[in-house]
Amino acid sequence: MSIIPDKPPFKLLDILYKKEFILLIVLISILIINSNLTPYFLDLYNLIDSTFLFSEKAIIALTMTFVIIARHIDLSVASIIAVSSCVLGYTTSLGYDTWIVLLLTLFSGALCGAFNGAIITKFAISSIIVTIGTMSLFRGLTYSFLEDSYYNKFPKLVTNLGSGYLFGYIPYAFLTFILLAFVFAFILHKTSVGKKIYSIGNNPDAAQYTGIAVDRYTFVLFTLNGLFSAIAAIFLSGRLSSVRPNIAFGWELEIITMVVLGGVYIYGGSGSILGVVISIFILGMLSFGLGLLNIPGVGIIIFTGLLLILSIGFPSFVRTLRRKNE
Amino acid sequence: MKKLFIAIISTILFTFTANAADMRIALVVKGLGIGFFEAAAEGGQEAANEIGGVEVIYTGPATTTAEAQIEVINSLIAQKVDAIAISANDRDALASIGKKAMERGITVISWDSGIAEEGRVMNLDPSNTALIGSSNIKWMKNSMGDEGEFAILSATSQATNQNAWIEEMKKEFAKPEYSKMKWVDTVYGDDLFDKSYQEALGLFKKHPNLKGIISPTSVGIVAAAKAVEDQGLVGKVFVTGLGLPSEMKAHVKNGSAVQFGIWNPIDLGYAAVYLSYQIASGAYSGQEGECIPTGRMGEICIGAGNNAAMADPFVFDASNIDKFAEIF
Repeated sequence: MSIIPDKPPFKLLDILYKKEFILLIVLISILIINSNLTPYFLDLYNLIDSTFLFSEKAIIALTMTFVIIARHIDLSVASIIAVSSCVLGYTTSLGYDTWIVLLLTLFSGALCGAFNGAIITKFAISSIIVTIGTMSLFRGLTYSFLEDSYYNKFPKLVTNLGSGYLFGYIPYAFLTFILLAFVFAFILHKTSVGKKIYSIGNNPDAAQYTGIAVDRYTFVLFTLNGLFSAIAAIFLSGRLSSVRPNIAFGWELEIITMVVLGGVYIYGGSGSILGVVISIFILGMLSFGLGLLNIPGVGIIIFTGLLLILSIGFPSFVRTLRRKNE
Repeated sequence: MKKLFIAIISTILFTFTANAADMRIALVVKGLGIGFFEAAAEGGQEAANEIGGVEVIYTGPATTTAEAQIEVINSLIAQKVDAIAISANDRDALASIGKKAMERGITVISWDSGIAEEGRVMNLDPSNTALIGSSNIKWMKNSMGDEGEFAILSATSQATNQNAWIEEMKKEFAKPEYSKMKWVDTVYGDDLFDKSYQEALGLFKKHPNLKGIISPTSVGIVAAAKAVEDQGLVGKVFVTGLGLPSEMKAHVKNGSAVQFGIWNPIDLGYAAVYLSYQIASGAYSGQEGECIPTGRMGEICIGAGNNAAMADPFVFDASNIDKFAEIF
């Protein structure tokens, strides 16, 4: 009878399997390369300002992480931003109090998310199909509502939230993202709710048999994703001071890229908030650095694509190499 | 795509080989890979060479949205450039980033498509807004005759410049000589070729008696002319508006466009960079009432709301298209 050790023996190569470790190396390399290529990168104000460009997306990436871990996807988030921004602009134009405006904006986002969740769970249609549909549906609604007009008046509080700093240094959107990241990391990794989300993602049927209310979880996750899209909409509308039907166009894929690059398995069941947070910084610092070098937007897209393939592929590459050696 | 690739490579090379210039002026456009703006960049470079000691950073987003343009301007602020001259995708959305740039000591002007007043020092319109508006209606009459239906195919519904021109078109159109012409529709192609093309097809369906399309944007006019040709409507529907001679040459030859116009984008880029230099160097303030010398473009005088106009639009037809198609 052989003895089974409590813990597998430590191997140095094991650390290379850790996606978070690879991501951290990538982030550090980007920081080093950027600060060598341009003198403007390591500048406190510049770095702070650069967070404006990804904080809104990052907020949605948190709930999107939950959705993807639970073996779903939500392609309608950018369109929900459009709906909620539109509600924000419209209710402001009607002269409602700021708190009612904010409440209605958040409610509109949650309602869109709940609509997704209800259709997915009631009719058992896969989330990718439902949200491809609602992506066009929600965007189409804003186009038909706004037609050729747009909103450029928002409550003072909203414009402050979108472009202001706490104590003159920390942008509110970034602060919100960091605080929420801690909350979400705690829920996912330290509570039974988190464990249940993982088990739903690993095997929804088995999860159902063990007594997890899979449908209820799915419904809540999509509603939450909609609510967070509305939060992002408030920050974005405040920052832009302008709402047009094409607002946040194409963001859904950027948000999903943040999550997938962060090591969340696209078929559900694994991933961590830490990985996603590092990946958000990687993408943010990459596009900021390339921007400082005046490399056009297309260049940024190409680099992001390469990075995605390399960092996702690296662990499998190491594994394959090691298998050959053994 | 090839153009964009070359743009990327040349920017990378340029970034690493750039000399330490005394002044760095960024020319920010609505989107890269648009012929009109490439020509403007050429003019900007010409002005920089003439002035000496000026580096022009030609840049813009990959998609023609305000969010993407803000990202570009943010990185220019971070680089502490001396001046930013912007053709804006959204008048309001770019105002706050423009204000921020000015707070950090950067001279901000808008050109071609303006930014709201609080977000820039001055705005340079390519031409006199009233004259562009009335010219478009005149070209339409010259193209389709003085009777029949026509429609407008514009850029985005919020595009500052297009909307101002359409307002002026309405004023010109109210004159008695156009009484037999009928303005049946105004649609928006968002300065995207595919969308503009689809909108043009939609116009043909919705208005079977349509005789003309005015597209006051270089993307829309080409898409409309292509749609006319693809649908076999040459001789029935005439396209006019604002376009680039090089992109419109084939369509003038095919007969889908008889006459169209534009100001010279090379001159516009030239003037934008020259003005940025004059204001950023502190020689001029860019305020109302001032006349600023801009090299070969002469003096540009600033009017109410710190707006200035460059020149009257130039008309192209079969007689001169070949010559200008080679220039821009």
